[in-house]
Amino acid sequence: MSTEVDAVRASGDGRPVMSGTPTLEARGLVKTFGHVVGLAGVSLQLYPGEVLAIIGDNGAGKSTLIKCLSGALSVDEGEILMDGTKVEFKSPTDARQAGIETVYQTLAVAPALDIASNLYLGREIRDSGLLGKVFRKLDTRGMRAKAREQLKDLGIGTIQDITQKVETLSGGQRQAVAVARAAAFGSKVVILDEPTAALGVRESGQVLALIKRLRSRGLPVILISHNMPHVFEVADRIHIQRLGRCAGVITPRSHTMEEAVAIMTGATTLDEAGDANGSADAAL
Amino acid sequence: MTAVIEPTGEVRESQELGARIQHTLHRHPAIGPASVLVVSVVVFSLINHRFVNATNLSLLIQQAAVLATLAIGQTMIILTAGIDLSVGAAAILAQMVMAQTAANNGVPGVLAIILGIAVGALTGFINGFLVTRIKLPPFIVTLGTLSIYTAIGLRYSNGASVYASAMPNALIWTGNYVNIGPYQLTTGVILMLVLFAVTSFALTRTAWGRHVYSTGDDPEAARLSGIKTNRVLLSVYLTAGIIYALAAWILIGRVGVASTNNLTNANLDSITAVVIGGTSLFGGRGAVLGTLFGALIVQVFQSGISLAGVQSLYQVLAEGILVIVAVALDQWIRKVRR
Repeated sequence: MSTEVDAVRASGDGRPVMSGTPTLEARGLVKTFGHVVGLAGVSLQLYPGEVLAIIGDNGAGKSTLIKCLSGALSVDEGEILMDGTKVEFKSPTDARQAGIETVYQTLAVAPALDIASNLYLGREIRDSGLLGKVFRKLDTRGMRAKAREQLKDLGIGTIQDITQKVETLSGGQRQAVAVARAAAFGSKVVILDEPTAALGVRESGQVLALIKRLRSRGLPVILISHNMPHVFEVADRIHIQRLGRCAGVITPRSHTMEEAVAIMTGATTLDEAGDANGSADAAL
Repeated sequence: MTAVIEPTGEVRESQELGARIQHTLHRHPAIGPASVLVVSVVVFSLINHRFVNATNLSLLIQQAAVLATLAIGQTMIILTAGIDLSVGAAAILAQMVMAQTAANNGVPGVLAIILGIAVGALTGFINGFLVTRIKLPPFIVTLGTLSIYTAIGLRYSNGASVYASAMPNALIWTGNYVNIGPYQLTTGVILMLVLFAVTSFALTRTAWGRHVYSTGDDPEAARLSGIKTNRVLLSVYLTAGIIYALAAWILIGRVGVASTNNLTNANLDSITAVVIGGTSLFGGRGAVLGTLFGALIVQVFQSGISLAGVQSLYQVLAEGILVIVAVALDQWIRKVRR
């Protein structure tokens, strides 16, 4: 467990004591689609080595928020900062170059390509020889060897054949491939959108373990999920989205699942449930 | 998962064999058409031993060259889950530009070929532009450009043919014979084989190839992986256009006349070759090598059935059955799940 994570949990009452510069920060993000307001001024901080869960009802703006953070959508207003420096993402490639890797709910893997090709899709390694330089030949063997190593590193032992096509994998294995890709290239932040939504109990457990392993490497993770037990199992802090705004930030220690759901659905406000952290977001 | 009824040993064995075949075909899409090709060659030579003699096989490959080359471009487009109905019209337009500029405007042969290739590239670019920028379905775009390119070709040539005697050597160079052992090929056939080798390399061994497959397989996933799918699509249509122009050059050498009456069935025939070659019409699956087999299969059936002394309508019938079998096989292969 990294020291950052210990620091997060050091405060006895479960209140997250966050210090230092957030790895990723959003300030007052606004995104509208015609008359529909996706985000009505959302701020968010992600600190080194923490798992920040984002929960919210359908249409609360979870997906819009992470799409803005991962460059899939451009924001209308507000700013995004990485390590305290303002950044602008015009495309997913921009965000990726800044070190943010996203695993989308739709997985974003090409089913007909093999595992190694998928891990390196969009950033293939070229052969170092003449064929690579002149004819842009790929270093297929090198990519396969590295892919095998990455899967092993993450403790994904169930995948034996790296040349297997992704469509022949089980749901959990596909998810593992997508997460492995994010972990392999996400030098700063990994964003996971509903990684356990389509998985069984055992496979969900594997993905949660994978998230913990990323955190223990000091890599901060943003986890979007509907599944409260999963959120409460791995999250250090929980950002609650409601109607395009942040309804508050809580921790699994300061609040119960019922309270989290109540805030999420608007049955109660963060103040009624007990202000846990005095986060600036709560004022929004 | 609990099995209620345990299948008997025999049933299970046959199921396992089926699954293994399914997986092998899934991994190597060219195996299916390759085996059909081998079986059909064996069957036709049993019916008429003249089928396998060097003269007939040489002729067969020469006849297949133009369709096979056109089908390379078609394969690339179908791999992106598109379709090109303007293949023949684009090739004819390129062909008429090559022949007319050389024969009537005194343009040197090599330059005329380059002009034709440029026209082919332009036709591909227009298709690609309409597909990627105006966001029209490839079927509709190429249905429209099929008529447009045909009309432009007719207007440009006034329906007149240009004969080999009026053309410079460079244009009919593709008809020159190349003898390899007892087999008599043409430079056009060699050009076709080189194009297969080059496109096969590009599609299977380069990042561009991976991007083409992933764009056809799941465009959204490709985009989210950072692939500029529109640029990939545009490059595919453009390359296909260039390949069609090269096919037109091979055609001039093969038939010795540039006419708007050539290649009347090229659109559907090229799709037939691609589909028989094991490339999925849904995109992302298949191989250009399979298309070579597909084009040869079409030609083998044509030649074999006529040598067997059967009416040519049975060749058309056989082709139809092959297409349906190939697509059914593709559907079955795509069902592969663990």
